[in-house]
Amino acid sequence: MIDGGDVLLGFVAAAIRVATPLVLAALGEAVVERGGVINLGVEGSMLAGALAAALGATWGGPWAGFAAGGAAGLAVAGVFAAVAIGARADQIITGTAVTLGAVGLTGAVYRATLGTAAAGLTIPTFGAGPLGQGAPTWLALLLAPLTWWLLFRTRFGLQLRAAGEGREEAEAMGVPVRRVRALAVLAGGMLAGWGGAALVLAQVGSFAERMTAGRGFIAIAIVVLGRWHPVGVLVAGLLFGAATALQFLFQAMGLAVPYQLFLMFPYVLTLLALARGVGGVRAPAELGRNA
Amino acid sequence: MPRLVRALALPALSLVVGLAALAAGLALAGYDAGAGLAALGRGAFGSTFAFTAGTLTRAIPLILIGLGFALALRAGALNVGAEGQFYAGAVAATAVGVALPALPGPAAAPAVLAAGALAGAAWIALPVVLRVRFGVLEAISTLLLNFVAEAFVSLMVTGPLQEAQRIYPQSDPIARGAWLPFLPGTRVHAGLVVALAMAVLLHVVFARTRWGFRLLVTGAGPRAAAVSGRIDTRRAVATALLGSGALAGLAGAAEVAGVSHALYPNLSPGYGFTGIAVALLAGGRPLAIVATGVLFGALDSGAAAMQREAGIPAVAVFVAEAVIILAVLIAGALARRDARAEAPEPA
Repeated sequence: MIDGGDVLLGFVAAAIRVATPLVLAALGEAVVERGGVINLGVEGSMLAGALAAALGATWGGPWAGFAAGGAAGLAVAGVFAAVAIGARADQIITGTAVTLGAVGLTGAVYRATLGTAAAGLTIPTFGAGPLGQGAPTWLALLLAPLTWWLLFRTRFGLQLRAAGEGREEAEAMGVPVRRVRALAVLAGGMLAGWGGAALVLAQVGSFAERMTAGRGFIAIAIVVLGRWHPVGVLVAGLLFGAATALQFLFQAMGLAVPYQLFLMFPYVLTLLALARGVGGVRAPAELGRNA
Repeated sequence: MPRLVRALALPALSLVVGLAALAAGLALAGYDAGAGLAALGRGAFGSTFAFTAGTLTRAIPLILIGLGFALALRAGALNVGAEGQFYAGAVAATAVGVALPALPGPAAAPAVLAAGALAGAAWIALPVVLRVRFGVLEAISTLLLNFVAEAFVSLMVTGPLQEAQRIYPQSDPIARGAWLPFLPGTRVHAGLVVALAMAVLLHVVFARTRWGFRLLVTGAGPRAAAVSGRIDTRRAVATALLGSGALAGLAGAAEVAGVSHALYPNLSPGYGFTGIAVALLAGGRPLAIVATGVLFGALDSGAAAMQREAGIPAVAVFVAEAVIILAVLIAGALARRDARAEAPEPA
């Protein structure tokens, strides 16, 4: 007989663990979208971050891996920034291409380097009980208020939001629109890379091809559900973590439901969130428009 | 003909840049790039068999999906969910093909293909509603449904559509009468004719029909649509997206009826995303999509050979495809900048 309390604590712990990579990536994307840019390359940044974390952790320990993950995510975002902001190309298509390239590159590099060797990678945990979570979780909790401060209490945040609400007006006021957007995209890429690193180091323990499985796209939906606000993003990310963790709970309760339904669940929830979220709050006016 | 030269120069240059990036990436990752590219060439063009059973056969879904992407793009919409619509089409085609063995010969294959096209349109219906009613970016909603489709296929081949022995995660073969035959003297199935017919059809739609004109005006922006008057842009976007989904669904059905003859997970090696590159490299022009479809069919077919012969993961070819898309985007952006510099702003 399974103790109900243990199951519930396990559920909470799993929800937070699963939410961490999503929250990290979504916080970054929230900053990007506040500037009027939508970056579908987040998925590619996460994937590159995941592989770099696995490689870095294998060679230099978990902290080196985590740093490498952020750097790889930033590098992938740099490609997006160069094409979508530098050359003013379509943001959606650029982001899709960047993700496609990251899938190919990580697949090739993974088989050339790690193969199936590396497994059981971990990063130190802090806290106890369901709050005994890996360092990335605590970083995400720290970054949520920090992102709020950046967006709403700094000159950079003001310039970024101005760029996101009206590019021409912002430019007329002397805001370097493309520079603040590019900086936001790079920062967002680093956070997405950390999200990928968290997936490897604090959740799965190894890298697998295409292991992010659309988490970058879910992060974009979380930004919408969280209404482009860091605190909202944190809450929405935890909600998604809980939706995914439900499958562990159901398994523990012995409910025989095909596992594929659980695989579908977060995506369907995201679609519903998109319809609801957009109905409630307005997106940044310049979102997705080419500068 | 400087115009023709310029039109061909961009795709050719993008292709060279893409292949160079692939070679550089392979060398950096420690592979023998020369051997890899040689295997890629052999797998694409090395023999009549390789060209028809490999390159042309893979070009069929790419042409159809590329046409679908171009159709939506014409109205300014982005369907990045062709992978999911492809799978929806494959599931429906399999369901019909398995269930109707008594169907008379000549009607079987068209019924299977029609089921696939309908399922593809049905799979994109929700993003269409979300876009038209709630203003949800179709690029995100169609993308998310790709993951639902993968899980859906997995559910089907372990559930309702699993083969009779109930051992393997795949379906029973569809009725023999629904198989698309090889074109005489080749190893490529009749889906190629369907793809070519669709390209011609779309060319005519774009060039000669009122619907094609409405799509163009809608894609040109709300101001153009208002100026032209009486253009229901929401309707134009909705019909373009539904047609786009139907073409991707048709691609899935043709793959089942012409190649796999049964439903498997991983039926598509990423056709839905490669199709975007196919359409972009052709500048969204239907007849040019036939050419770029064959080109990317060659890349895909070559990638499989690269994995077989040189031990290089086929997924690496995505790097070349991504670089080609980015090169086309950058070249297009530069061309727009030149055009702006040459022509003064209209008052």
